[in-house]
Amino acid sequence: MKATRMRLALLMAAVLVLSGNTAAVRAADTIKIGEIMTYSQLTSFTFPYRNGWQLALEEINQAGGVMGQPLEIISRDDTGKPGTAVTIAEELIRKDKVVLLMGSYLSNVGLALTDFAKRNQVLYVAAEPLSDALTWAQGNRYTFRLRPSTYMQAAMLAEEASQLPAQRWATIAPNYAYGKDAVASFKKILQAKRPDVEFMAEQWPALFKINAGAEIQALADAQPEAIYNVTFASDLAKFVREGKLRGFFKGIEVVSLLTGEPEYLDPLKDEAPEGWLVTGYPWYDIKTPAHTKFLEAYRRKFNDYPRTGSIVGYNVLMAVAHLLDKAQSTDTEKMVEALEGLTFDSPVGRITFRQIDHQSTMGAYVGRTALKEGQGVMVDWKYMDGKDFLPSDEDVRKLRPQ
Amino acid sequence: MDRTLGFYIVQFLTGLADASALFLVACGLSLIFGVSRIVNLAHGSFYMVGAYVAYYLIGFFSEGGCAFWAGIVLAAVVVGLIGVGIEVLLLRRLYGAPELFMLFATFGVVLIMQDLSRWLFGAEDLLGPRAPGLAGSVNIRGTLLPQYDLALILIAPLILGVLWLLLNRTRWGILVRAATEDREMSDALGVNQTRLFTSVFFLGSFLAGLGGAIQLPKGGANLLMDLNTIAEAFVVVVVGGMGSIPGAYLAAVIIGELGSFGVLVFPESTLVLMFLVMAVVLVIRPHGLLGQAGAGAHVAFRAAEAVLQPASKKLKLLGLACLVLILVMPVLVGTFQLVLLTEIALFALASMSLYFMMGPGGMVSFGHAAFFGGGAYAAALLVHYLQTPMELAVLLAPLLVGLLALIIGWFCVRLSGVYMAMLTLAFAQICWSIVFQWGEVTGGDDGLLSIWPSQWASDKIVFYYLTMILSIGGILVLRYFIFTPFGYTMRACRDSALRVDSIGINLARHQCLAFAVAGVFAGLAGGLYVFSKGSVFPDEMAIPRSFDFLFMVLLGGVETLFGPIAGAAAFTWLHDQISRTDFWQLILGCIFVLLVVAFPQGIVGSINVRWGRFFANQNH
Repeated sequence: MKATRMRLALLMAAVLVLSGNTAAVRAADTIKIGEIMTYSQLTSFTFPYRNGWQLALEEINQAGGVMGQPLEIISRDDTGKPGTAVTIAEELIRKDKVVLLMGSYLSNVGLALTDFAKRNQVLYVAAEPLSDALTWAQGNRYTFRLRPSTYMQAAMLAEEASQLPAQRWATIAPNYAYGKDAVASFKKILQAKRPDVEFMAEQWPALFKINAGAEIQALADAQPEAIYNVTFASDLAKFVREGKLRGFFKGIEVVSLLTGEPEYLDPLKDEAPEGWLVTGYPWYDIKTPAHTKFLEAYRRKFNDYPRTGSIVGYNVLMAVAHLLDKAQSTDTEKMVEALEGLTFDSPVGRITFRQIDHQSTMGAYVGRTALKEGQGVMVDWKYMDGKDFLPSDEDVRKLRPQ
Repeated sequence: MDRTLGFYIVQFLTGLADASALFLVACGLSLIFGVSRIVNLAHGSFYMVGAYVAYYLIGFFSEGGCAFWAGIVLAAVVVGLIGVGIEVLLLRRLYGAPELFMLFATFGVVLIMQDLSRWLFGAEDLLGPRAPGLAGSVNIRGTLLPQYDLALILIAPLILGVLWLLLNRTRWGILVRAATEDREMSDALGVNQTRLFTSVFFLGSFLAGLGGAIQLPKGGANLLMDLNTIAEAFVVVVVGGMGSIPGAYLAAVIIGELGSFGVLVFPESTLVLMFLVMAVVLVIRPHGLLGQAGAGAHVAFRAAEAVLQPASKKLKLLGLACLVLILVMPVLVGTFQLVLLTEIALFALASMSLYFMMGPGGMVSFGHAAFFGGGAYAAALLVHYLQTPMELAVLLAPLLVGLLALIIGWFCVRLSGVYMAMLTLAFAQICWSIVFQWGEVTGGDDGLLSIWPSQWASDKIVFYYLTMILSIGGILVLRYFIFTPFGYTMRACRDSALRVDSIGINLARHQCLAFAVAGVFAGLAGGLYVFSKGSVFPDEMAIPRSFDFLFMVLLGGVETLFGPIAGAAAFTWLHDQISRTDFWQLILGCIFVLLVVAFPQGIVGSINVRWGRFFANQNH
């Protein structure tokens, strides 16, 4: 019995060593890109994200790759932990010899990689992390970001919110950096545009542990005329259901970050809120040729419709391909110079990576939610270009270490 | 602001409804925990699966009141059967092994169920259906309350009543209570423990599934439910008193109401409220609100341990060979392997310090991340605010953490077994929430960045040697402590508190000191860790990190001094290798389960059993 156990152990060890070694043997003539994302969590975003870059990869390589070489993605799961992400980043650049890093979802993972990129002088193209610090307070030469930051998205909503008559506001946001930043930016911009606005109450549920009933009561108690909501995913579902049952949304304007994204709106089905002012991604309604082409290719490949994650994943790899094409080199300094000011056409419109803070001008869709055939959709939406919702160059220089 | 009476009534009832949902998850755990003393981490997974299965069953049965409730009960039965399957196939094989090993085995189950659920139920969140007939709200003096909240408020006491009858008025219940109070005695009296355990596991899993299914109209099903629920469930069980079902209800009501009214005064409190309640309750009542001193506490919650021997000549030679290998490593492998080895060494030191408490000290900690993360934050804060050089920061961090450990230890040593472990967890969570919430100083969850080593140590090879020297040095010092009079006293304190007390040894002081020593070395590991990563974030202090260390110790084997090192190496290396694949949690979970079944004494423990005699001293 004991001998069999030992054999079993040896066998397992052998299999692992072999699997580790075979993974290291790869074709030599590809350009390797290291990709880090939280695939073991938040799968409603991260899986469509993976589909997105896989589609882009297929298109790039079918068109002959970049600099005559196909791209190869080495994709890793950071398990949502910054410490793990740093180890993986070390492994990707030292063992797998990738030319640059891209991806990540959580802000703290993104910030850990930002600092890692600066220290090791490796190019890092952040995909999803929204933290303002990534391009401002902690910004550095080697870090770029695709998605509109918390500040930009809050600014888009604040712009629209300032048109509303409401004066008495209340906020609810998850109790972590993203929620805190989103509320602070919104308050600041809205009050600058509308000095008559007052913020009456705030709630800070722990992330994914919202105490919806009690917190809605507490907000209702302040009798606000409008609500600014930052909760998302399962917190949002509970917030919407409890709010409806408690008659909380009657006669109240709701301005809500990310709620129009299919990831968070679709699970609500016929209970999706109506008339909320949201940022999101109305893929079903965008009729530009570039987006139609993307939509058809995505549907063909995955037999599914794209989510916000898909477009982020697609755009981030496309940005990488364009930057390599422009740099014609995998030297980090040359790639950084190529990416500064790089402009390319994406399914959502033209995107530029700003030289001043390395933030891309990718925008977001802002509109109202509605119900259509038992499903939440965005209506009366417009695409707001990210370049219109950034602070002045002078302010950015103050925010960013020079 | 004038609030109506209706507002307060509704707020109270909302709290009560939350309490009911909490109680439904916790009661099954309390039952399993009380009887079998299995720390069933998979309880949250059962809860999650219950929610998913009920969602699909209700959809399958089409509309109607019958379909809804039938779906819920059927889902609970399905989960109960899954629980039985796991008990029969896996846990039953481990009843002879140290109790803590169950924790590790059930963690494997958590990983497996997480990936299987994603594969079976899909990656998207599901919004639960509303309960037919209870889909609306009632008006209480002008404030609306969902009808389903009222249903929940009634269901929980109903289940409490049924469980009470079952436990107090049936023969099965008498046997369960007997086993809860004294397992060995009921075994000796001829009660079939195997069958009893299986039935308890069925009921416990059934209740977890029921809890998951019943909360559907309040939320839905998603893949984060398992880990989000499990800590809360344990808190309720421990606050109520292990094995006490009415206690669990009382605890749920207290936590629910404090949560409901807490958000009116201090909205951020939800982050840590539960753990604050647990800390206060355990400090005042060491066995929970309604727990009895006998139930679960006097039976030691720790690994039975063989007598530790100082290293023999052959073992010392082996150690020397390992040292030489470590010394020449930079010539043999690439830079990344050195980075990984650095990480392994730091984790080995941290888990050795945990082992020091757990093994010879007999004090299991679920909050070791407070010391590790505390060290990391102490060093990071020193560098960030005082521009302290690395050398000084690495020296000061362990001392500061030692102080923290002394304070936490002072509260904890008055408790024993699971209660002590849970109190360490509570303190760790409190520390974590301070770091998390106090963004102005600690950076909150955006962490502290740019904490890199001094110039001379910034090369990976130099840092590797530095880490090795400090880690191996730390491990050897800890090992040395075990064979000093202090170490022997510690082991005496573990083995017989009564005798130790009667020969005039101050038990509390020794245990407190053990806490401090463990804290110092975990703090050293943490202090170095932050320089190896360059940044630190609150998740280094969170519950998963604490359990990582626990799993490293268990994986290596609790009966041997080198177990933690082997465990840390295996754990870290496995993670790195396997996380390259899709569904890696499934694979890792299966490996953990296999390892636990094949090596119930851990890796080194099993080697010890087979080769131990070879390494033993010749003159024995």
